[in-house]
Amino acid sequence: MTEAMAQPAKRNPQKRAVLPTLPPFSRSRQALTFSSRAAEGRLCLQVCGSCETVVYPAREICPKCWCSALIWTDIADGGRLIAETVLRTSINTYFRERMPWRVGTVEMDAGPTALMHLHGDVEHGAQVKIIARTDKSGQGVLFALPKMETPNMADDRQLRALTCDPKFRRALVTDGRSAIGQATVRALSAAGATQIFVGVAEQWRPFEGAAELAAMPKVEILPLDVTDTDSVNELVGEIGGRTDILINTTEHVRPGASMERNNVLIAREEMETNYFGLMRLIQAFGPALRARGADGDNSACAWVNLLSVYALSNWPTFGTTSASQAAAFSLSQCLRGEFAGSGVKVINILTGPTEDAWHQPLPAPKVTAEGIAKAIVRSLQQGIETMALGAVAEDVLARWREDPTVLERELTQVAAGASR
Amino acid sequence: MTANALAGLADALSNGDIRVVDLTHTLDPDFPVIVLPAEFGQCARFRVEEISRYDDRGPGWYWRNFSCGEHTGTHFDAPIHWISGKDYPNAAVDSIPTSAFVRSVCVINCSKECAEDEDFLLTPEFIQQWEQQHGVIPAGNWVLMRSDWSKRSGAEYLNMRDDGAHSPGPSGDAVKFLIEERDVIGFGTETVGTDAGQAHLLSPPYPAHYLFHGANRYGLQCLANLDQLPPTGAVLVCPPLKIKNGSGSPLRVLAMIDGSGS
Amino acid sequence: MTIGSEGRYSYDGVVITAPVSIPYQRYSPKPAHWWLGQVLSELGLKANLKPSNVDGLCASSFTLFPDTAVGLTQHFGLTLSWLDHIPVGGACGVVALRRAARAVQSGDANIVACIAGDTNHVDSFRSMLSSFSQFSQDAAYPYGSGGPNASFALITAYHMEQFGSKAEDFGKICVAQRDNALQYANGLMKSSLSLDQYLDARLIADPLRLYDCVMPCAGGEGFLVMRESEAVALNLPYANILSTIERHNAFPDDPVQFRGGWALDVDEFWRMAGIAPNDVDLLQTYDDYPVISLMQIEDLGFCEKGQVSDFVAANTFTNEGSFPHNTSGGQLSVGQAGAAGGYLGLVEALRQVTGQATDNAVQDANIAAVSGFGMINFDRGLCSGAAVLQGAA
Repeated sequence: MTEAMAQPAKRNPQKRAVLPTLPPFSRSRQALTFSSRAAEGRLCLQVCGSCETVVYPAREICPKCWCSALIWTDIADGGRLIAETVLRTSINTYFRERMPWRVGTVEMDAGPTALMHLHGDVEHGAQVKIIARTDKSGQGVLFALPKMETPNMADDRQLRALTCDPKFRRALVTDGRSAIGQATVRALSAAGATQIFVGVAEQWRPFEGAAELAAMPKVEILPLDVTDTDSVNELVGEIGGRTDILINTTEHVRPGASMERNNVLIAREEMETNYFGLMRLIQAFGPALRARGADGDNSACAWVNLLSVYALSNWPTFGTTSASQAAAFSLSQCLRGEFAGSGVKVINILTGPTEDAWHQPLPAPKVTAEGIAKAIVRSLQQGIETMALGAVAEDVLARWREDPTVLERELTQVAAGASR
Repeated sequence: MTANALAGLADALSNGDIRVVDLTHTLDPDFPVIVLPAEFGQCARFRVEEISRYDDRGPGWYWRNFSCGEHTGTHFDAPIHWISGKDYPNAAVDSIPTSAFVRSVCVINCSKECAEDEDFLLTPEFIQQWEQQHGVIPAGNWVLMRSDWSKRSGAEYLNMRDDGAHSPGPSGDAVKFLIEERDVIGFGTETVGTDAGQAHLLSPPYPAHYLFHGANRYGLQCLANLDQLPPTGAVLVCPPLKIKNGSGSPLRVLAMIDGSGS
Repeated sequence: MTIGSEGRYSYDGVVITAPVSIPYQRYSPKPAHWWLGQVLSELGLKANLKPSNVDGLCASSFTLFPDTAVGLTQHFGLTLSWLDHIPVGGACGVVALRRAARAVQSGDANIVACIAGDTNHVDSFRSMLSSFSQFSQDAAYPYGSGGPNASFALITAYHMEQFGSKAEDFGKICVAQRDNALQYANGLMKSSLSLDQYLDARLIADPLRLYDCVMPCAGGEGFLVMRESEAVALNLPYANILSTIERHNAFPDDPVQFRGGWALDVDEFWRMAGIAPNDVDLLQTYDDYPVISLMQIEDLGFCEKGQVSDFVAANTFTNEGSFPHNTSGGQLSVGQAGAAGGYLGLVEALRQVTGQATDNAVQDANIAAVSGFGMINFDRGLCSGAAVLQGAA
């Protein structure tokens, strides 16, 4: 049984911070597809389009029938542990630092057997639940969990290396003025975060929920305006070294396409917040997080961006906002590249229209602040890097994956702007 | 005669007989600006980005780019700021006759009343009471409404509530009185605008903006240190930036006061 | 030349000769080319051959990059009519013998030098493992990077559970090999090993302990293949090749490897040799981990699957024992010199059956079985092979 994790001890300031090392990151190009699905929390393997054999490790043709149509498919997550070992040495420094390490051979219900990381509660010969996640190197790996939930399951050392669990970590939520930011703070608190820093811009303007926010335990409200470089830099000076998770909930959303605006001011405000704001945060907090990616059990571990799913393809009803979201999405990819090797994950939560004043006339379904907060915490707890939230975002993401050029046609055809 | 007057002014400035008071707030990214309903365009906040600071971006020098609105921080309102003043010639900051920028100033102290009533409205009666003590406001003067509002900071300054901002300002009748009966050249306040926080409920709405600019008069807002000025006898210096066709401008506002007594 | 019972040609008239082992070193600053060069140089001395006398080359090495066997021809001044590069790891000795014998038999080559060697720099083992194969890179190495230790830990655990092998069995094999190694001059392990030491050693990857694991090192091995008449003319002691087998990717659907390709080919193996398992005087198994030696004992028919624990209990495995096994100490006690590990048993068997073994000679050794096993591409060894050698009278 997993022992409940205790609050990690404070770091001895006389000791040098542990530099991030990585599990092996080299993969074949085929295996990158596995990684990309694992980043979404999906367990996908190649399935032969002809004989339906589930194939593992990734191949170029089916080893049973030589059919070359191997299709990445979500597969059954059941399996049985048939051989196990505890590694006490490793030729890789990352694992050496984390010995002993438990791995085993799992016979998957879907067919293949595979080497997997093992949860401490998985017993020999037992049925397991298989998940795919990205490890500290950003590559997909298989992990066998107990079939049934066990006490303190999330505290398992090897599992926690794949997740970004807010438990015992300190998080910054960049916008405490919004309902989303406030709901995120509550959800983090419930998830066991040690401390929650909350940025509030323009404290001279009152906002709903301010009193409740201020009264929450573990919450520290700090001035932060992502459009103001000095403000971001001052905050990082104060909490940069203590921020394990950064959650950027700040957004500037306005309906309207280009021609409905006769200047670029609103579009610029959108860019200032959604794009340059993200960049200011990255320039200030990025280096601090990156340096602390291996700093013990409560290391820096995640950067969460809340993005519109229309970052993927422009929705003219919110045309200029979509454009700024596209810029932010692109920058999040850049950030993922900059964090590569640090062990800090970039998590993008993609949402459709949210329940707020700017989307008020739109029909349901819309995403609530609580729904977003839950998704943020869930993505952290599960270590999932890309999550589409709500029916609209899931739909758009699915269409985008299927064919982005068709999605573009769908979103820009006559009357599409009015109906979606 | 004029030459003597200027020499005397210079002497008095250097020997302290005339003291220069700064009526300006520092341009600070976190200084409040007027907030309109969210669906309207908004005034830009003051922002600064470093170009270089003796570093790889410029090894020997420090300089920055700043950006802001024409109505950010302590600022000047030109008549063309409001629709009622849009047709006046020479009514933008680059074309206003420069003599308007250096004028005598009367300071009406409403600080006690504003402390008691954050929605205090300056009325013709209040002005006339003040005149009984300090004399009739001469034509061509600036009039500043002292509320001590500049001593507030943060949320207290804008004093925004669910029904909007609550801060003092002139009533419509007071504005009319100052234009028609006293022919003032401009009107200034310590609050974020020349109008009261709830001035959208007055008739006409936003009377200071509507009527002063409609009469080709000027405005100053976000002033500070008005408590250092005498009710009369000071000279106001308030040249806005020469922005082409500008509706207003952040500026440094100074006042020259008699320093001999201090 | 006769055709065997299964339609295969025998190796009549072709012999293996000139066993060469270059003493192993734990680490070497020299490149693989040096080690292979030493082997060739020794072969030349031993057989009194010049570069111009050799017209066939068969090479195996993991650390030759960026070269292959082709580059070696120029490097070593060889002008060849036949060339092969065999990347099957622990099976490369047997496979090289098969290839070379057929080349000589068909007349494509007259004298084939079979050489294997690898260097071992301080970090070369790690870098070799991290890019060993696409499957291991994608599906094994990321899981703790235990390398072969992890793969064989799982294979060992499974074999113990399913087929009743015990730590004491593995220990007995390891201890006997260490005894044998103490009689062999070229081994890296120079101190004796007791069963208690074996059982009490620190865990490496459960259930594997320290002495279950080979030590990577640098070294080289080689031999010559030629017509019997040539060996006689050169006055070289030689052995005849009674039988060989080779198999790749046998039993791909076994969930965990519990048998190798030998199990598929065992009947053909003994039929071609014309002898029974009991007839061999000694056995050289590929022993990067003791479980795999036991698996070879089972799969080559020395005992039934699942009976190996009893077999181990009933026998002794030293050079003086009832079942002389890995008579030079095997890789477990001599060291694992990369691809040379695939030659170690074959070269040692050749010494034994041609009377060239010295302190570790098995008395009256005439017939030896040699087995190879190689390439943990992902979760199991893909390549297996075996040969029976008989010393010429």
